[in-house]
Amino acid sequence: MKVSYFPGCTLKTKAKKLDVYARKCAEVLGVTLEEIENWQCCGGVFTTASNEIATKLSSARALVEAKEKGQPLVSVCSACHNVIKQTNQAIKENRDSFTDRMNNYMALEEPYNGETQVLHYLELLRDVVGYDKIKEKVVNPLTGKKIGAYYGCLLLRPNSVMQMDDPENPSIIEDLIRALGAEPVVFPYRNECCGGYTIIEDKDVAIEKSGKVCKSAKSHGAEMIVTACPLCKYNLDKNGKEVPVVYITELLAEALGVKED
Amino acid sequence: MDRTNENLRKEIIRESGVNPLKCMRCGKCSGTCPSYGEMEYHPHQFVYMVETGDIEPLMKSKSIYKCLSCFACIDRCPRGVEPAKIVEAVRLEVVRQQGANHLKAEDIPSIIDEDMPQQALVSAFRKYSK
Repeated sequence: MKVSYFPGCTLKTKAKKLDVYARKCAEVLGVTLEEIENWQCCGGVFTTASNEIATKLSSARALVEAKEKGQPLVSVCSACHNVIKQTNQAIKENRDSFTDRMNNYMALEEPYNGETQVLHYLELLRDVVGYDKIKEKVVNPLTGKKIGAYYGCLLLRPNSVMQMDDPENPSIIEDLIRALGAEPVVFPYRNECCGGYTIIEDKDVAIEKSGKVCKSAKSHGAEMIVTACPLCKYNLDKNGKEVPVVYITELLAEALGVKED
Repeated sequence: MDRTNENLRKEIIRESGVNPLKCMRCGKCSGTCPSYGEMEYHPHQFVYMVETGDIEPLMKSKSIYKCLSCFACIDRCPRGVEPAKIVEAVRLEVVRQQGANHLKAEDIPSIIDEDMPQQALVSAFRKYSK
């Protein structure tokens, strides 16, 4: 099967392992990620105000291209997925005539009203491929590894829009870890903020917040943390890399036997 | 509340889509906010200060740059008030003004390092500048 794919700016530069292994693993699992042509950066964070139109256009254009191909739109970066899915919801809601104004600006042959299905790569794995099938494809089970799933904010919230999992007690990554043969470690700070872009505004504050996440994971026995977000990884890595932080796709690639070292 | 302030209040309410009257001041938004300790005004205060038109102190406060857009206050509010959207609307009223960018391109070289992801920069610019 083929799906539309929005990689995002960071996956082409600092987070290549998130992108390259997402594609390779998808191929092993029978899914081709077709990159959106001429995609533009999502902007990293969703703008919640109804009169912010230009800042939502890059997501809107990607959504329109996926609609034209009749494919769901998949991203693996937590931030891209969050921005695109919230934008699609804003388009469906048309609050304060946002969608009318957006469509006037884009001047499409057929107005876009939020028809595209937006999926995170994890949802593609769980709901389209299925964790049972992934389990069958594992050639290198990660037996004995204790892995903490770090969700952060963007995968889960706001839950009314994201609808991926229980926002306070998620299991989508833990279930994947289990399918790969490893042991998931649940820790209290797994859905708390890493400090995000405040690393630009106040480094110490961001490092303190990500430090709490690392400490929480370590004290619950995690030997490794997995994430789908390049900024979470960067902030967590600022805490001395005592607990290694890897992307979910690296873990998957290792288990499926397509990781190169 | 003077007329200008009333216009500003209406604009913030319109663009955010938040109805501050739904708030019962339980403080759960502020209790769950990861930036609580860094804020002069906390999320629940943003909600009632916008409602009463006491907006200028919010616009002058560094608190508007402390929100992480983590959406925790939105998810954990028992009344569906969505305080983060009010904080964002107040911040937009500031950074949309001429020359009021909080983050400037010339600040960047001293902030970045080799590993910093683009995502950090684009997110910060989206939140702090126009």
